[in-house]
Amino acid sequence: MKIITLPKENFAEFVGHLCSFGEIHAPIKRGDRSFVFAPVKDASEIELDCVRTILPLKKYFFRPMEVMFNFCAGEGYEIPSEVTDKRIVVFGAHPCDIHGLNILDMVFNGRYVDTYYLARKSKAAIIGLDCIPDDLCFCRSTRTDFVDTGFDLFLSDIGDKYLVRVGTSLGDDMVRAAESLFYEVQKEDRDAYKRKSIERRESFKTEIQLQDLPGIMDLEYESQVWQDVGETCLSCGTCSMVCPTCYCYSVFDELDLDGSSGRRKRRWDCCLFKDYALVAGGHNFRAKRSSRVKNRYFHKQRGFVSLYGRPSCVGCGRCKAQCPSGIDIVDVITKLRSETRV
Amino acid sequence: MSDAHNYTSDENPYLPKPARIIRTLPQILDHQLFQIRFEKEEMINNFTYRPGQFVMLSVIGTGEAPFSISSSPTRPGIIELCVRRIGHVTNALFKLPPNAPVGIRGPYGNGFPLDKLEGNNLLLVAGGLGMAPLRSLLRYALDNRSKFKDVILMYGARNPDDMLFKYELLELIEQPDVKCLLTVDTDNSGMWKAHVGVVTTLFDHAEIDPNNTYAAICGPEIMFKYVLEELLKRNFSKNRILMSLERNMQCGVGKCGHCMVGYKYTCLDGPIFNYWDAINLPEMV
Repeated sequence: MKIITLPKENFAEFVGHLCSFGEIHAPIKRGDRSFVFAPVKDASEIELDCVRTILPLKKYFFRPMEVMFNFCAGEGYEIPSEVTDKRIVVFGAHPCDIHGLNILDMVFNGRYVDTYYLARKSKAAIIGLDCIPDDLCFCRSTRTDFVDTGFDLFLSDIGDKYLVRVGTSLGDDMVRAAESLFYEVQKEDRDAYKRKSIERRESFKTEIQLQDLPGIMDLEYESQVWQDVGETCLSCGTCSMVCPTCYCYSVFDELDLDGSSGRRKRRWDCCLFKDYALVAGGHNFRAKRSSRVKNRYFHKQRGFVSLYGRPSCVGCGRCKAQCPSGIDIVDVITKLRSETRV
Repeated sequence: MSDAHNYTSDENPYLPKPARIIRTLPQILDHQLFQIRFEKEEMINNFTYRPGQFVMLSVIGTGEAPFSISSSPTRPGIIELCVRRIGHVTNALFKLPPNAPVGIRGPYGNGFPLDKLEGNNLLLVAGGLGMAPLRSLLRYALDNRSKFKDVILMYGARNPDDMLFKYELLELIEQPDVKCLLTVDTDNSGMWKAHVGVVTTLFDHAEIDPNNTYAAICGPEIMFKYVLEELLKRNFSKNRILMSLERNMQCGVGKCGHCMVGYKYTCLDGPIFNYWDAINLPEMV
């Protein structure tokens, strides 16, 4: 992999160059302590120390709501002429964010390709940025604290410069567009990177053992833990909305007042919603909240492993940061594990 | 990320293909058999499927829902869907005028594992609307009669007026190459000539060798339970018992998540599961 350095004093100028690759989106401040990915005009707006944004990057590619087709009584279904032609540059994606996108890539590819997601994804450049974990981060446990694929460029803070890994040809184009700003890696840069890497590793405060979790989940399928979490959960769906890897959606038709034309749309859905597994005729396969909670954990930590070879949780901490009743995934898993030990 | 790629409409897996309801055959109260044909010649010619697979049917302006195919691929050109009026989409479907346009995409799901079934006896056990997917397999087996040993159908309905495909199935009773056992829970008409009793009572009327037989079951949950008991009592291996399952499906292609059970998508890995796989899936049975 091509690796170079970018002195911090050149950072603003580099960001200026990125405009020619698309609209720049990066973390900015929303509330007192909250951040969002949003368009930025220049580097000064970017919150480089943001640990996590409210919504993950999926919002750019798997839209919260989108038109799948326009329909008309006589003409059937038509794909909206543009899904998007707009190019964007996402700056400041953390390793867990990029892992989240890599997981969505797997889901939306496969035997049937979700053209909406992929069309948007193909028009975006991803520039990663290292981060320092806070109390809620457990990406070290999910093995998503480091990323080696899924970005065009990845910046790691090594003091007065960034170490820049170039992941794709597009990333290389972005570097070459501002070639004079970059330097070759020196020995002291390599040392600084390795030192920072250890510092970062040691700064994790939350650790859970996940590797053998699928087996434990099978064993604890009837655990009281699910009842307890079911009692606490409000079925509000916030955890799914903010989850970088929750990809469920529901499809519905919207008819215009003329009664003959309209749109088929999809919007984010959540397996905790009461009607999620409801079928016509009224049978609900997961009528109980505890069964829906259990299903959500099972899908992330057990089912996804069977389907795609890895859990779909990236340890970003958004679900526990946002849960209105304070459900903490690390806590749930810890309880499940300790119940096994008794 | 990667270089821009122009996606054409052909690649959009969600796009319903224009089709038309060419005929509706009333079955029983609130159940109709819809005969559907694609508008485009190439779709008519190229559309093939396995018994047990399903399609997503769109009623323009209302929405889309999954339906198992009741016709057999051995009779191409027309897709038959046996539909119960029960929800949003089916209510609209029943109100469509003759020759109305609809959208169809698919076929989806695994369907019955025909390569495994061939050379074996087939035991089809259906209850109520469960006949819809099994009728496809039944037709397929009868059209490829030499590929199968004995073909036995056991079908139970509440009463004679609730029996789907009644007249074509009654005709099969006389047919020598298939054992067609029909039963109703109760018969108030006094005209019913076949069996009376729950579907499991039909097991007394058939010789079944569990080692050379595949059983395919579809019906209400309570029926599954008793038929499974009956089959296990007769020493069926769990992987020789095939069941067609129903779930909420909104995409049909393993993305939207609704039909996920444990670690399988009903729409991709099912809707046909063998009993061994099914009991290993949480919540499946």
